[in-house]
Amino acid sequence: MSEPAPAAPRTKGTARRAVPKPAAARNGATAPAAPAGEQTTMTERLAEEGKDFSDHKGVWVYVQQRDGEAAAVGWQLLGQATQMASALGVETGAIVVGHNVRHLAEQAITYGADVVYLVDAPVLAQYRTHSYALAVAEVIQRHKPEIVLYGSTNDGRDLAGAVATIVKTGLAADATQLGVEVETRLLQASRPDFGGKLMSTILCKQHRPQMATCRPGVFETPTPQPGRQGRIVEEPFDLREEDIPTRVREFIPEKRSVDLASAKAIVSGGRGMGGPEGFEMLEELAEALGATMGASRVAVNAGWVSYEHQVGQTGQTVRPKLYLACGISGQIQHQVGMQDADIIVAINRDPNAPIFKLATYGLVGDIFEIGPALIRRARELRARSAEREPVAARKNGS
Amino acid sequence: MHAVVTIKQVPDTSEVRIDPKTNTMIRGGVPSIVNPDDTHAIEAAVRLKEQFGGKVTILSMGPPQAIIALKEAISLGADDAVLCSDRGFAAADTLATSYVLWAAILKLNEEEPVDLVLSGKQAIDGDTGQVPPGVATRLGWPQLTYVRKIREIDFASRRVVVERVADGGIEVLESRLPAVITVGREINEPRYASLPSMLRAARFQPRVWDKTYLDLDPQQIGLRGSPTIVSKVWAPPRRQRDPVVMVPNADRDPDAAAARLLDLLAEEGVLDWLPAAAQAAK
Repeated sequence: MSEPAPAAPRTKGTARRAVPKPAAARNGATAPAAPAGEQTTMTERLAEEGKDFSDHKGVWVYVQQRDGEAAAVGWQLLGQATQMASALGVETGAIVVGHNVRHLAEQAITYGADVVYLVDAPVLAQYRTHSYALAVAEVIQRHKPEIVLYGSTNDGRDLAGAVATIVKTGLAADATQLGVEVETRLLQASRPDFGGKLMSTILCKQHRPQMATCRPGVFETPTPQPGRQGRIVEEPFDLREEDIPTRVREFIPEKRSVDLASAKAIVSGGRGMGGPEGFEMLEELAEALGATMGASRVAVNAGWVSYEHQVGQTGQTVRPKLYLACGISGQIQHQVGMQDADIIVAINRDPNAPIFKLATYGLVGDIFEIGPALIRRARELRARSAEREPVAARKNGS
Repeated sequence: MHAVVTIKQVPDTSEVRIDPKTNTMIRGGVPSIVNPDDTHAIEAAVRLKEQFGGKVTILSMGPPQAIIALKEAISLGADDAVLCSDRGFAAADTLATSYVLWAAILKLNEEEPVDLVLSGKQAIDGDTGQVPPGVATRLGWPQLTYVRKIREIDFASRRVVVERVADGGIEVLESRLPAVITVGREINEPRYASLPSMLRAARFQPRVWDKTYLDLDPQQIGLRGSPTIVSKVWAPPRRQRDPVVMVPNADRDPDAAAARLLDLLAEEGVLDWLPAAAQAAK
């Protein structure tokens, strides 16, 4: 369906009241300029013309990157996007914004994108809300996807909130489940509320694109296919540096030394560990098992272990094969961070601790007896196996 | 200096109970609080006022009972407070909310130019963090989110430098003013209300602005102005797990318990090295 010819400006002759515009304010407070040539957004026009979104097609992912390295969540979301696009019979798309980032567009194709919109310009070398939001909004308005997904990282949320306001569309926050209803072509973005006690499903019925920020580490990373074909569309972008109100003075990397999101085994401690010494013991246990160490919020707040280890609603969400919960009672805010682990083992003195309802195996007893015993046994097994096969199973802890 | 702090009155989510039969929130008896991140924003604004002189205005959109939250903000050192309240604002999503707050900030700006808008980074009920970017975008002002520290601020030369918690590190970002800044717990320790402030708060009457006063487009407020809706609320299905295999008194013979557990884990195959090692031990 071809785009209708641009209508006369809509501020006259409609029942809608005009958006208030102040007399020139000294500090430049005004409504943002709509993209060149448009008085109203595409979605507003379509909404008033009977909600026909048939020219909005495609399920896209914003591929977040820094210094040419993509955030893992982008690939995770491409896995979701390809499933949804397939169900809807449309293309999977990706948006890559930055400078000298064409290789990420190519990578996106291997992860499932049929088309990648690449906005590559020197002024985009570093993430800034103003420039990136404009870049993404322009691509969206030019090419009209029906769904756009972003990681709900700090920068992802920062960006998506701005884009949704420029484009005037709906944005669901921090989805942990995604689906699409084929008959209505509606995105169903679901996320936990009230500390994870309930889930809500958010719909965006009468605006396009439907957008959602989505939690990293929740969705599986698809297997990349190196030979896969796709198109890269280079998008123009002509924002000048002078027009951007912020400047990045410096970026101080803080490398996550604790990669919980991709850990296959996690040994985690809570209130029952009693103090930093308890975590020294857990550190040994984690090492003996070849696992990464995690912690509950209680332990982090008490200063027994650093925040990078925190698992739970305000920490990281993890999906390991093995989650060993030591001295963790299992409050809901912790559970939402680890409940999808394959095997959950709980060690706690209190047989009524909620964690036991979630666990596969539960050991009731003193972690300071059981933990060291586990360390001894694990080391013993490793030693014996090394004796027999010196080259074999010496796996390092992650 | 004129700083506007946008706050939200929220239910204390740690206190929320779910009715297991209907899977709905039990509303009765849940205390309302000022959104925790917003208290840090209020503190940041008040400290700037103490340093530079000027005024802190609290702004919120909510039902009439949100006046209590505004008065609490006054007791924490703010000077003025405005509540945007109207039946027409009900069921607003983040787009419709940012529209109302934007219009109110423009009004406040007409009274006295606004140099800075501060806000908590997200509210504990919605958890979206989307309203401040919406407000900033509508105002055409830079947005600086997840700010953990204001390094430098100069109202005369209209510049601010912040430390922003970005992904993978800390971003030192310089911005012109006015700007919208969102903050979290790391930025400061909010003060306790002083007695003079509490007395002032008790007598204080916030102004209440409705959709007419703000001259708002009815298509852009409340349910009407909300592209997103919550279509259903449901209890997350617990992953189907077999009932837990419990080992009581595991610490009576910890070595036996440890051996048994590692055997079980070897069978489950959850630790790469374990099955081979367990086999070798036999």
